[in-house]
Amino acid sequence: MTVNPSGWRPTAPTNASDSGPATVTGNRALQLEEPLLFERGRLDETGVDLPDAKHSGARLGGLERNRDIGLPGLSEPETVRHYTRLSRQNYAIDLGLFPLGSCTMKHNPRLNEKVARMPGFADVHPLQPQETVQGALQVVGELATWLLTLTGMNAVAMSPKAGAHGELCGLLCIRSALEARGDAREVVLVPESAHGTNPATAAFAGYRVENIPATKAGRVDLEALKARLGPDVAAVMITNPNTCGLFEPEMIAISAAVHAAGAFVYCDGANFNAIVGKVRPGDLGIDAMHINLHKTFSTPHGGGGPGSGPVVLSEALAPFGPLPFVAKTADGSYRLVEEENAGEEHHARSFGRMTAFHGQMGMFTRALAYILSHGADGLRQVAEDAVLNANYVLRSLADVLDAPFAKSGPCMHEALFSDKGFAEGLSTIDLAKALIDEGFHPMTMYFPLVVHGAMLVEPTETESKAALDQFIAAMRSIAERAKAGDQSLKAAPVYAPRRRLDETLAARKPVLVYREPEQAEAAQ
Amino acid sequence: MRYLPLSDSDRSQMLQVVGAKSIDDLFVDVPKAARLDGLVDGLPLHASELAVERHMGALSRKNMVAGEVPFFLGCGAYRHHVPASVDHIIQRGEFLTSYTPYQPEIAQGTLQMLFEFQTQVARLYGCDIANASMYDGSTACWEAILMAGRITRREKAILSSGLHPHYVSVCNTMAKFTGDTLETSAPALSAETDAEQLIAAIDDQTGAVVVQYPDILGRITDLAPIAEAAHSKGALLIAVVTEPVALGLIKSPGEMGADIVVGEGQSIGVGLQFGGPYVGLFACNEKFVRQMPGRLAGETVDAEGKRGFVLTLSTREQHIRREKATSNICTSSVLCALAFTAHLTLLGEKGLRQLASLNHARACEVADRMAAIPGVEVVNSSFFNEFTLKLPVEARPAVHAMVEKAVLGGVSLGRLYPDAPGLANGLVIAVTETVTDEDIDALETALKEVAR
Repeated sequence: MTVNPSGWRPTAPTNASDSGPATVTGNRALQLEEPLLFERGRLDETGVDLPDAKHSGARLGGLERNRDIGLPGLSEPETVRHYTRLSRQNYAIDLGLFPLGSCTMKHNPRLNEKVARMPGFADVHPLQPQETVQGALQVVGELATWLLTLTGMNAVAMSPKAGAHGELCGLLCIRSALEARGDAREVVLVPESAHGTNPATAAFAGYRVENIPATKAGRVDLEALKARLGPDVAAVMITNPNTCGLFEPEMIAISAAVHAAGAFVYCDGANFNAIVGKVRPGDLGIDAMHINLHKTFSTPHGGGGPGSGPVVLSEALAPFGPLPFVAKTADGSYRLVEEENAGEEHHARSFGRMTAFHGQMGMFTRALAYILSHGADGLRQVAEDAVLNANYVLRSLADVLDAPFAKSGPCMHEALFSDKGFAEGLSTIDLAKALIDEGFHPMTMYFPLVVHGAMLVEPTETESKAALDQFIAAMRSIAERAKAGDQSLKAAPVYAPRRRLDETLAARKPVLVYREPEQAEAAQ
Repeated sequence: MRYLPLSDSDRSQMLQVVGAKSIDDLFVDVPKAARLDGLVDGLPLHASELAVERHMGALSRKNMVAGEVPFFLGCGAYRHHVPASVDHIIQRGEFLTSYTPYQPEIAQGTLQMLFEFQTQVARLYGCDIANASMYDGSTACWEAILMAGRITRREKAILSSGLHPHYVSVCNTMAKFTGDTLETSAPALSAETDAEQLIAAIDDQTGAVVVQYPDILGRITDLAPIAEAAHSKGALLIAVVTEPVALGLIKSPGEMGADIVVGEGQSIGVGLQFGGPYVGLFACNEKFVRQMPGRLAGETVDAEGKRGFVLTLSTREQHIRREKATSNICTSSVLCALAFTAHLTLLGEKGLRQLASLNHARACEVADRMAAIPGVEVVNSSFFNEFTLKLPVEARPAVHAMVEKAVLGGVSLGRLYPDAPGLANGLVIAVTETVTDEDIDALETALKEVAR
């Protein structure tokens, strides 16, 4: 085990205060405890009605199963209740403000869910003949057109499955373009403030990663970057707006310097929500940028995915993008360009396939419905309201919380605070856990790494002023308690379904699957 | 705009608090040259819910819907009946609109569900442990090869010719950049799998052998001898399962000695969705846990001693380890994992066995019917719910000709292997419980005509 560089400390449980009389069931009114499926289901119970089919088993290659799998079942009412009870132990955007910085937890419109379930999208097979999926291909084509127009770029790779997969796509395009000109560069430069996926992706794509420092104002240090650029640098990965919540004002100069050194600019588009409809990344000299449809374009996060990470590409990188992709033909129909016809489509230099099939269709339909609903005017308003909401939070709390870059000017769509000024023994995590008791999801904690005890607040544009005012009041009160040294914060949350969980124990003695008590004992 | 709660008066009050004269003051850091003064050119303005629904409905109707015609496609994505309650469960806002469970005190629903999912996947695959999901089967397959490389410190993997060609493509793409050596080949149109050739090819440079079970042509091969051969040379066996329903009826790869088992979970709970989002399953032997990619939910206790769950062993992951992480994966496929686990909970051991038996019995029936068509042969001697036909004509045009008769009659090997003329007459037919007697009649009639 190495030291955790994020500054995150595993939470150790502190002794609980008395929390009311115990109940026989362990339930507390609407807070209902739910046992594990394996403690309540039985192997002979099922929630489906299927006939017993007869077959000889002779065609199973002699490999018929001869022991139990160990999969308990539940009837339908028990199944619905099991998951409904579990669902109630989750916080969600549908319940309230979810200001998780860099994650863009905005409202997920239900029209999108309805559209994604239309049978022509939900019930078509990825290998159906192309003449039977023209509408699906048109969805991909229309969404691609919107993404290209909004970003001012030349091509878009639609198949990446999520943001980090999109980063990988971008870096593979860059590596392919460099290899095509016989240039074997080995280094990718990543700012210290970058998301962890950036260095991980660069390493995954076979590059060595070097950090570039930030200035005191929370921006990329252009002079340090220029000094490091050289014939061994393949790309610079920049997040813009950056993870400190700031726009990189020197972006055009950064791109020019990178290009002059023969390298490419990759932009992490996680924060595109701040600038959609206001700025086109293509005008900033960017060569590749992924767009998290599950952030800017409202497809649901679903507790951690699925995401979708289309990558827009500059003219220099476009020929290297992955297969398959959708092309519009002269007669107005759509066709899928795959390995066999890539040559005819002037795409012989594609770096290949990154995933089976064609990408996250279920996310494309949702994102397209979202985009069509907003239109060019609505999307611009999205960025403006997201930025206004963040600045409102920043300025409303700057007198009570340290805001390290507040003097640098306005923030973009997220406001960054630190735990500077908290009394001895109290830190960001204590404020975050107290926010849970106030009925909010905490902000992103201890990220970016360049700020001590960072708190990154991204309210998004789908919050009302009233919701923000309530959040600000809660933050103010907790911050004041933290500064005054109110040690009761260490016990928070008190009102959540669980108190602080022992993460150290979980990692020291990993229990990753359920084992029946006798089995578990034997394993000890 | 219906999704934006701020009113103009809110906006002006808030600008005042912020100390800005107009919204543009907040965008001063954007270089002037890159600032758009008006709207992005060439895009329409906002639209009502009705208008958007109409537009999307029109696009939806341009597709041939699998459930509305005789349908026999498989090859990595399968059409099963999904109980209505599964879609209800995944649309619970507390699941749908929550984030990765980084704050476990208010994410026990997702965490406990993932712990149950991990247990189900591990048991289904016959492995000790499983992770909380990957993007899909193909990317999970590549991650497994990388993981085997980290464990064995060898850079060569042998891929069975029966591995889904898209999975092979994904691995080839990635191996170009990592420098790993992959041995691959196209399958032969025969009843025999390449198990013997694989065993012969394993040498002491081999880090992993990758075998799909059942394979792309639907054949089922005993993994035990391959596992034994691999282990004797210090290599690992990676098994890939694209149709998990099969495991209700046939032995799990884990019990035959596979070290890492990965695959696609789509066929349980998720639906076809034109290829995504799907859910990658990833399981292995417990001793390899620290080399695993992806998130893991683990059991612990809270400050009052109550059982609870957290994301754990995250020192493997990118948000902690950055360039030293086991993978760059961040977002996984949790909502699809929920659909998978809810469907599997409804099925249970009993329902899964029944479903698997029903699929196999139905597939046997269709295989026999098609084998009776003059000139048509069934290639497989073993299969679960998917088998390959050898037609007297090229299968690719035959598939298009069947579309004219409103029959989606399988996947041609010509589409999957355009460069292998020896496979051109191969047609892969998948038969699930959704296939009716009328569907079989329609397939028979259509095939008789096109196979002439």
